[in-house]
Amino acid sequence: MKHCLVVDDSSVIRKVARRILEDLEFSISEAEDGLKALEACRQQMPDAILLDWNMPEMDGLEFLLSLRREEGGDQPIVVFCTTENDVAHITRAMRAGANEYIMKPFDKDIVEAKFQEAGLI
Amino acid sequence: MIASQFEYLKQYLKSQSGLVLSNEKQYLVESRLLPVARRHGLAGLSELVQAMQRPGAMQIASDVVEAMTTNESFFFRDTTPFKHFRETMLPAMLKARADRRTIRIWCAAASTGQEPYSLAICLKEEAQKVGGFRVEILGTDLSGEVLDKARNGIYSQFEVQRGLPIQMLLKYFTQKGDLWQINPDIRAMVQWRKLNLLESFSTLGTFDILFCRNVLIYFDQPTKVDVLQRMAKQMPSDGYLVLGAAETVVGLTDAFRPVPDHRGLYQTATAGQGAIGQSPFRARIAG
Ligand SMILES: C[S@@+](CC[C@H](N)C(=O)[O-])C[C@H]1O[C@@H](n2cnc3c(N)ncnc32)[C@H](O)[C@@H]1O
Repeated sequence: MKHCLVVDDSSVIRKVARRILEDLEFSISEAEDGLKALEACRQQMPDAILLDWNMPEMDGLEFLLSLRREEGGDQPIVVFCTTENDVAHITRAMRAGANEYIMKPFDKDIVEAKFQEAGLI
Repeated sequence: MIASQFEYLKQYLKSQSGLVLSNEKQYLVESRLLPVARRHGLAGLSELVQAMQRPGAMQIASDVVEAMTTNESFFFRDTTPFKHFRETMLPAMLKARADRRTIRIWCAAASTGQEPYSLAICLKEEAQKVGGFRVEILGTDLSGEVLDKARNGIYSQFEVQRGLPIQMLLKYFTQKGDLWQINPDIRAMVQWRKLNLLESFSTLGTFDILFCRNVLIYFDQPTKVDVLQRMAKQMPSDGYLVLGAAETVVGLTDAFRPVPDHRGLYQTATAGQGAIGQSPFRARIAG
């Protein structure tokens, strides 16, 4: 079973994402901001990270840039999942090392399609 | 709507679009046709069916037929057909058409355009190999409404997120507010035409590659056989046919035969055994 870390400051979104990803047979852990996510990754690198952009403490982009510099931090497949839906944001995220990008609002079909795109299923 | 009206509707749809409507589909009829009734200022389905039967009710009748089609489509739907396109069909055709330098592709139930545009994107991605070739893509559909959308090439955020990798979205689309429009150079690669598969398409010419996906499932056996056999006539002896994931030619016609190890891919039965066997491309894929 693959492990996915869900990073979002909204507990509602984390719950929705968890339900979708558990249906797709991922085991899930959650983090509410980039800093906590980074700690979690240092403990154990997940296979996948579903990543919000705007969060307190450390935002998604800063987190991604830090993650990719960590030992083993190039391993996780990172799928952004954010309301930032303009080309400039998407481009920045991809340059920073994201693998796929979901524009909110999302549903199960989109998550499934994007995780397939990213080679996770 | 009384039983005789449902019966009329069933027969009418079958004769006009090939759609086979089972009795359990009454709910579908209601959800699809109530908006049509309202649009024409009619109170309900009974009134709609009555209005259809009056002389000169062409517009209402064709609105009913269009409303009953299922138009769902996504970019790179089912992935494998597009892999087969890039790795098998295209290399084979580039070789076989080296003299003529023209390849013709037909998407026979193109709906809102995702399928032909996915093929156009594949061609862009293979631009180096395709250089010097003229590749025509024709998208046809029974429904004028979906073709309008296809022509505009404008898709919702939801539609561009099913099947389309984000890199391709960035590369081939332009954002318009909440919507995304496929770029003019890709749009220019596809031509559109309204066409009912029940009617003759012999004037379209011949096609080397034919995508006919997720439309035969709505037809009964004799209609499937008829359409497939007429399609075979529009194809050269080494043409490729691609069907949807739930469709097959097996048990319907001998005009096409399955390409081994390529699910959903068929070749005109007249193709010499060698046309597949000798292909260096297959060996390369397998290796
Ligand atoms: C589910 S869509 C398939 C779209 C695309 N080929 C795909 O697989 O994603 C089916 C399309 O077939 C069209 N269609 C249904 N009956 C038809 C007919 N008799 N002639 C031409 N098109 C037809 C419908 O209008 C609809 O757009």
